[in-house]
Amino acid sequence: MGERREAAERLREAEFEAFAAGAAGRLLHVAALLTGDRTEGTELLCAALSRTYADWFRMRGEDPYAFTRAEIVRRFAQRPWWRRPRGGVLGTLNVRERLVIVLRLYEGIAEEQAAAQLGMPSERVRTITLRATAVLRSRPARSGTAARVREAAS
Amino acid sequence: MSPYDRKEDEVRRLLDGPHPGVPVDLAPRAAERGRRVLARRRVLHAVLWTLLVVGVVVALVLAVVWWPGAEPLDTTPGGW
Repeated sequence: MGERREAAERLREAEFEAFAAGAAGRLLHVAALLTGDRTEGTELLCAALSRTYADWFRMRGEDPYAFTRAEIVRRFAQRPWWRRPRGGVLGTLNVRERLVIVLRLYEGIAEEQAAAQLGMPSERVRTITLRATAVLRSRPARSGTAARVREAAS
Repeated sequence: MSPYDRKEDEVRRLLDGPHPGVPVDLAPRAAERGRRVLARRRVLHAVLWTLLVVGVVVALVLAVVWWPGAEPLDTTPGGW
């Protein structure tokens, strides 16, 4: 291995470590809110962070926090139906509602940006936010049955 | 503040619940996994480059071997 590449790898390691030390706490909360389970959230975050590590020099000025969050969202949204999230604070919400609520209300991303990231029109994001807010206020985490019914309907 | 904002704030407080600590081995584990991703990418690149080079060499050799030569004709064109 060349000397320059070794130096680059050391730099990647050090920068990634500093980033992870600062951002992992908040990102873990995001992942745990989405999956509804801390262990599963940790695994999701670990997978997303490994991509951040591998693409560290490819990001070219992009915020590594936003990159990792986008990776978490992508991996969570692409999960097959049998890995549907259950329980947690957002136990009454389905996959799409969880994503919208976490991005809009916990992460505070603008409606248009959240819509672009989730690949849906921003009106839809607004509708889902309203509906999920109402659901969360009326029935705090109990069962996922209603969420599945809404998932099937939408 | 509109009632809509108040409702959203209520949900925000719900989301902002207890933050569990991060497992100490999370970052090293992610870095290790990232290194494996990089190694896989390097192998894939090496294989693709090798295939490309081999393909170009084979194409050149075949072109040289099969190139139609400009040999003089025995007869004049048209059969006179």
